[in-house]
Amino acid sequence: MIRLENLTKLYGSFVAVDDISLHVPRGVLYGCLGPNGAGKTTTLRMIAGILRPTQGRVLLGGDDVHTNPLSAKMRLGFIPDRPFVYDKLTGAEFLRFVAGLYGQEGDVVDRRIAELLEVFELTSWKDELVEAYSHGMRQKLIISSALIHRPECIVVDEPMVGLDPKAARLLKDIFRQFVGKGGTVLMSTHTLEVAEAMCDQIAIIQHGKIVAAGTVSDVRRQHKAGDASLEELFLKLTGGVQVRELAEVLGR
Amino acid sequence: MKQPSLAHVLQPKWRTALQRLREERANGGSGKLVVLALVGGAFWVGVFGVLYRILKALRAVEELGPLIPGKILGLILLSFISILVLSNVITALSSFFLAKDLDLLVSAPVDWLRLYLAKLGETLLHSSWMVALMAVPILTAYGVVFKGGVLFGAYAILAIVPMLILPAVLGSAVTLILVNIFPARRTRDLLSIIALGAAGGVILLFRLIRPEQLARPEGFRNLLDFVILLRGPTSPFLPSEWASQAIMGYLRHEIDLLPLILLWTTAAAFVTGGALLHRVLYPTGFTKAQEGAERFIRGTLWRWTVGSMLGWLPVAKREFVLKDIKLFFRDTTQWSQLILLAVLVVVYLFNIQALPLHRGEPVGFFYVNLVSFLNLGLAGFVLASIAARFIFPAVSLEGRQMWLLRSSPLDLRALLWSKYWVGTVPLLVLGLLLTGLTNALLQVTPFMMLLSLATMAALTLAIGAMALAFGALYPQFETENAAQIPTSFGGLVFMMATIALLAAVLGALASAVTTYVRAAWEGSPVGVTPAMLGWFVAAAALCATATIVPLRLALRKMESFEF
Repeated sequence: MIRLENLTKLYGSFVAVDDISLHVPRGVLYGCLGPNGAGKTTTLRMIAGILRPTQGRVLLGGDDVHTNPLSAKMRLGFIPDRPFVYDKLTGAEFLRFVAGLYGQEGDVVDRRIAELLEVFELTSWKDELVEAYSHGMRQKLIISSALIHRPECIVVDEPMVGLDPKAARLLKDIFRQFVGKGGTVLMSTHTLEVAEAMCDQIAIIQHGKIVAAGTVSDVRRQHKAGDASLEELFLKLTGGVQVRELAEVLGR
Repeated sequence: MKQPSLAHVLQPKWRTALQRLREERANGGSGKLVVLALVGGAFWVGVFGVLYRILKALRAVEELGPLIPGKILGLILLSFISILVLSNVITALSSFFLAKDLDLLVSAPVDWLRLYLAKLGETLLHSSWMVALMAVPILTAYGVVFKGGVLFGAYAILAIVPMLILPAVLGSAVTLILVNIFPARRTRDLLSIIALGAAGGVILLFRLIRPEQLARPEGFRNLLDFVILLRGPTSPFLPSEWASQAIMGYLRHEIDLLPLILLWTTAAAFVTGGALLHRVLYPTGFTKAQEGAERFIRGTLWRWTVGSMLGWLPVAKREFVLKDIKLFFRDTTQWSQLILLAVLVVVYLFNIQALPLHRGEPVGFFYVNLVSFLNLGLAGFVLASIAARFIFPAVSLEGRQMWLLRSSPLDLRALLWSKYWVGTVPLLVLGLLLTGLTNALLQVTPFMMLLSLATMAALTLAIGAMALAFGALYPQFETENAAQIPTSFGGLVFMMATIALLAAVLGALASAVTTYVRAAWEGSPVGVTPAMLGWFVAAAALCATATIVPLRLALRKMESFEF
């Protein structure tokens, strides 16, 4: 469903994403892990068509996001990590606007808006301007907007940031059900417990390159990590700071 | 605990400014600096030149000597202070209550006085830099004409600086009190309306008292009345009057330190008073500023009215247009500028109506046509200024939401199309109204009316396209305040490009209009000659090029945006 071919992104001489190739099949929840600045967000934004790759291409359901953007993007729902939305629109208006961007209108959209607002417990806020929403409420609104046109795949950057435990749980259930019905989710996360519990497959990105990919067991096997936890595996692969060093720094 | 120095508190601000400069230079911004320096230099030279000639002529008048220049300086400084108070009130709201760095500063162990002084300094700088720059050629002209010498510059700075501090303290204090009464977001709405309403009122009042009548010699009964009027101060309690007295005293070589002392002691007293007020009211005000504006809006009115009218459009375009209209009318800082616009239109029409053209002399016909023709340029300039304010920022304002637009299947052409027509249609209506009404007031012939309306329509389409395109070519995605976007470098380039277009189009049409006026003047039959037709086609081609090429460039630029 999502295919990255030799994807590279340079910012001047800095290589943010270095020749990444990846295939996320239909019906899979795929996790992108990596330390801060590894290139996860850049990769996801290239998949969403927001950034242009320096080299390589992104295919969504066979359509190239940059040469055939409209049909590729019709399949996609994107959820960014920073919830910037129009402050002077109400929640319901924002969702109607997004539906319009995907060419949808009428009663079907109104019903879908009501349904999504109900699921995310935003119904009582639907006629309130977004400027009055909390960070978490904005995040819920953006998640609703990504689902409004019933996409085939969802690309989501740090989905749990700002969500209360109930909403986080709800989102996990939504993603699992979405994947169960043949949808595809590609998400980046720092929360390794979330990745371990939710993802069918993972890729660990370091310095713009994929250093490990597959199911958690595959990755353990590839790197001879025995039955190490995902956290230990992650720290091993990304050169994480030793706990002892951390304790020394914090103890000062 | 040792408090951080004021310079340390302000460090992020000046470091950011320095970094922006470095980035500009790295991105080949030296060209921009050269253009800015050239335009700024030309402006300074222009202001200096005009004032120099006026002061030189006035100085030569016996009896009156430096009286009139002193009066003029007092009026200039008074207008500066009025502008400064208004702009400080608005700027203080951003810097004291809405700025992004406040959470950090307020949560850090920085004492109230440092916070006050840092934010006061920021307010002063943001609201006064333009007035301070404007004062340079004016004071230079005074210094040169009255032979102030090398030290005059330093003395003038000594007189002007406290005059800038006073409105900053006053503006901040007014804002502080208002925020304590209303929530900050409401206050911003209120302030925008009050400030623009007040500015509009002042302009209207000033125009309606017809100051040009004062310049008529028959208006004064005798010279003595005039001199008595000039000798009296505008008001002994106004800091602008003290600054004017200080400067003129120095230039007359009769140095009187009292005005300077008054200025500095009042400034010191104001800062002290402002700081004490800040200490008492700021914590409550800052807390109130965190409160969101709770407003329930159904928005069905827009859907029924505009939405139904746009029913023929594809859904994506329709929703986009609706969204833009809603955002405009829900943002008080945006729509409130329409008040000022309405006032300016009234003043504009009033000026045309006040022109002494129809007095029965035969020369009237020539002047009517000349004014009607030149009015195209003036109206074009007014439209360009409005486009700079409302259309130029359109692309920049989408910046933070661009993730949504770029990740959705919205064709960028549709986005550009919506932005273009949402901005250009009202501009077109205004342009045609301005031209039609002024021509009706001037009682022009049907030929001139038709020519003016057609030219204005073509110019407006081009101006709208150029505003949108320059806004896309020089976007300001990170700005916190939409009002600052038009004053950016891109805004300046847009205004320069528009002036060039106006000059080119009017230049092309001038020959055709001259042929017509000459024929009509001589009483010969007026027909459209091939030469005239050629000029019309040239003007139309210019406008069409200025519409299509910028829109294409804007599209290409928007396709290359990365976020």
